[in-house]
Amino acid sequence: MYRYIAKRILLVIPTLVGAAVLVFSLMRLIPGDICVVRLGSGGATFNPQAIATCHHEIGMDKPLWLQFWDFVWGFCHFDFGISMWSGKPVAVEIAARLPISLEIALLATIVAVSIAIPLGTISALKQNTWIDVVVRTFAIGGIATPSFWIGIIAILVVLDTTGALFGRPWMPPIDYVPIWKDPIRNLSMAILPAITVGYRYSAVSMRMTRSAMLEVMREDYIRTARAKGLMEQLIVNRHALKNALLPVVTLLGIEFAFLIGGLVVTEQVFNLNGIGRLFVQAVQNQDYTLTQALVMLTVTVFVLCNLAVDLLYAWLDPRIRFA
Amino acid sequence: MSITLPRDATIPVPSDEAVTANSWLRLTLDFCRRQPFGAFGMLLVLIMAVTGLSADWIAPYSPTANDFEAMTEAPSWAHWLGTDQFGRDMLSRIIFGARTALVVGLTSSFVGGIAGLVLGVASAYFGGHIDNVFQRVCDVMMAFPLIIMALAVVSIFGTGVQNVIVAITIPLIPRCARVVRSSALAIREVAYVDAARACGYGHTRIILRHMVPNVMAPFLIMLTAFVGQAILAEASLSYLGLGVQEPVPAWGLMLQGGAEEYATTAPWIAVFPGLAIMVTVFGFSIFGDALRDALDPKLRNR
Repeated sequence: MYRYIAKRILLVIPTLVGAAVLVFSLMRLIPGDICVVRLGSGGATFNPQAIATCHHEIGMDKPLWLQFWDFVWGFCHFDFGISMWSGKPVAVEIAARLPISLEIALLATIVAVSIAIPLGTISALKQNTWIDVVVRTFAIGGIATPSFWIGIIAILVVLDTTGALFGRPWMPPIDYVPIWKDPIRNLSMAILPAITVGYRYSAVSMRMTRSAMLEVMREDYIRTARAKGLMEQLIVNRHALKNALLPVVTLLGIEFAFLIGGLVVTEQVFNLNGIGRLFVQAVQNQDYTLTQALVMLTVTVFVLCNLAVDLLYAWLDPRIRFA
Repeated sequence: MSITLPRDATIPVPSDEAVTANSWLRLTLDFCRRQPFGAFGMLLVLIMAVTGLSADWIAPYSPTANDFEAMTEAPSWAHWLGTDQFGRDMLSRIIFGARTALVVGLTSSFVGGIAGLVLGVASAYFGGHIDNVFQRVCDVMMAFPLIIMALAVVSIFGTGVQNVIVAITIPLIPRCARVVRSSALAIREVAYVDAARACGYGHTRIILRHMVPNVMAPFLIMLTAFVGQAILAEASLSYLGLGVQEPVPAWGLMLQGGAEEYATTAPWIAVFPGLAIMVTVFGFSIFGDALRDALDPKLRNR
């Protein structure tokens, strides 16, 4: 067990270092001098002095290996440098946007799990009936529909129904209020994006739950449980679901990428000032320091998430633990 | 956005010699009979492809022509799907958008897929250190969620159709290589690869002529899924304003401009392009699923 954990944790380090090298070199692949691109893009006049200052600010006047070291070392203690667009520290920019994205991510996961597991289970138990077909179509629909479009349609429906009911269309608030200050306002803002992202997030897990359930229901121990006269409900809840959920847990971790991708576009639809929107703005504004920090941050979170899932999996499944 | 395929998808393929035009037809008919749902997906894909190819002839208007007499006009006989805020015909833009989606989707998934195929098979064939290093490189690449990698590439090379294709191709390569490699690992152990080696054939010949054809089934399944994903990714990038740029007609881009602003007054601007994306990706998804069920004997009779 400890051997496995140690091995798995050690594997994270080369991945993260590799990712850091990739991000670092990608940002230096930009054709031309990023300071010239940055200063010249606004049509502003600039002089060599300004470029030198800019180079100095982002540390480009140092040798490459030292720049890389600064990047990695800075990242290790949350010093991501200074945003090339706003001039504020990147860490401050990120910290201001983090709560809202985290909240939506958390709510979306809750939505996803509470859609995926019951529906996937029903679909497997009623295999090849109309219920199965409906659930599977619903799941493929979730994979096929872009989340920004679900968001747009959700806004459209909310506007129309509230307009018809109260005579005045209602829009969810867009400014972030912490949940402990005004829970109603907070939730009314977060719930639509959470459902939008959550539905997409749930689609793959729903299919996974279904196929895992189908596999488990054919196992010998299910037949044994039936043979000893156990109630079908107990068999499903205690024996089948417990084993079928293992791969689903892994998937929820891996599909974290879905969540990030969903947040990037959904925050744009709902005009929410979260990390996803910050990312898009950073790319639009050619804010390379901010883009670099955000990409690296996402990758780190993603890699750590996968690590957590793998460890959880080992803890849940003794076959891995003692292998 | 990742693809869920069985890790150990090793699927035998019927030998190519016997496949003539006639048996292709029979295979297709057989597929339609066994997988009606998948056949429906294939039909959607075909409709989309034909629409994209013949856009010049079937579109009633030019996709970029403004008619300032008819801005945000509701669907009518003159404009079946209405007009947008610049007086452009929605139907024509959706028809030409199919072409953009097709070009971006097919190019990026084919280039990414074939690069992944060759790299994956080569990695499995050579094994040892090469395979190990390649696997770690894949680990690193796959630590970037698809859309994040695409955005990072766009931030370097800029927007536009070509750059979007590059941005979507790069993250697809390791994803394809991973799956192909696991299938190729099993094939490397098969006797005919040893036989080919004993005959003194070169590495390139063994990889391309003996191993690649035998991982075609999982590869094709994945390719179908990739096209759908690539179309979705293109739509997302264009929606964010970081993909295809005006005046090129693209579905994601059509949703960017006026969709929210005119949500209540002109809902058709928001509804139809999204439907087009959904139906197309839906078609590719169910076609890919049916293809997998038909080609993977392990999943048959489920």
